[in-house]
Amino acid sequence: MHDFLAMDGYAAFVWPAYGLTFLVMAGLAVLSRRALRRREAELASLQARVRASRS
Amino acid sequence: MMMLANPARFQRLAAKLQPWTGAAAALLLASGLYYALLASPSDYQQGQTVRIMYVHVPSAWVAMAAYSTMAAGAALGLIWKHPLADLLARAAAPVGACFTFLCLVTGSLWGKPMWGTWWAWDARLTSMLILFFLYLGYMALAGAFDDPARGAKASSILALAGAVNIPIIKFSVDWWNTLHQPASVSRIGMPAIDPAMLLPLMLMSLGFMAFFVTLLLWRVRAELTGAKIRALRTLQLHEEREVR
Repeated sequence: MHDFLAMDGYAAFVWPAYGLTFLVMAGLAVLSRRALRRREAELASLQARVRASRS
Repeated sequence: MMMLANPARFQRLAAKLQPWTGAAAALLLASGLYYALLASPSDYQQGQTVRIMYVHVPSAWVAMAAYSTMAAGAALGLIWKHPLADLLARAAAPVGACFTFLCLVTGSLWGKPMWGTWWAWDARLTSMLILFFLYLGYMALAGAFDDPARGAKASSILALAGAVNIPIIKFSVDWWNTLHQPASVSRIGMPAIDPAMLLPLMLMSLGFMAFFVTLLLWRVRAELTGAKIRALRTLQLHEEREVR
């Protein structure tokens, strides 16, 4: 386990590369999904208001 | 292609497709990570740093695929004024910028131990940096106008002009013989890479691509919903005016 984490002395280069890639990809996924959910909710409430004002 | 031309149909299809591309991304990335970190050998020259390749190269491929998507959307938007095309270009840009950033940083983390420097003004590195600035310029320009249509037009022209950079990136390692190593996967004939390293590289690349498609579907759907909200707001304003 220790050998694996040490990466033959290159841990300071290998792990930041993987860590940053994971962070950026996770961030993109969370933000993209959240933006869609927010806009869908906004559209639904807007449509409900339009329907209410028409009837 | 024309099937997707109808935004409502696209919304339904995208929502149906997305769980599958998401699941494919998760599976490919999980198995890719296993081979990339555990079940593949270290390089006889580069030691364990070769494992950086499995995130660096897929990032570069997604960065270029995203730009191609953006440029195609820009062209379709300019020529046929297709409503989905501009949204596609707008949705792809931030994703491409993020993966270009990842490619530059992971390359730097690989360059320091292997080349002895974080950065060099090598043709491949410089053209990748230009790609990053093209993305930033596109996003700034697309958001700089009150009228989205004008923003789309100006930024589309930038995206198309910048597309000349894509073949430059691809062939930079052949045209200028500098620090960055030449292509070892997409060569005519056999790839010059050991199968034990090609497997994790391919799994990770396919995983990155599936992830990119999943993100793109989310983002195009969000852009479409945003356009619908804008249209409904305008309609509401007109109706209120008529009532008065």
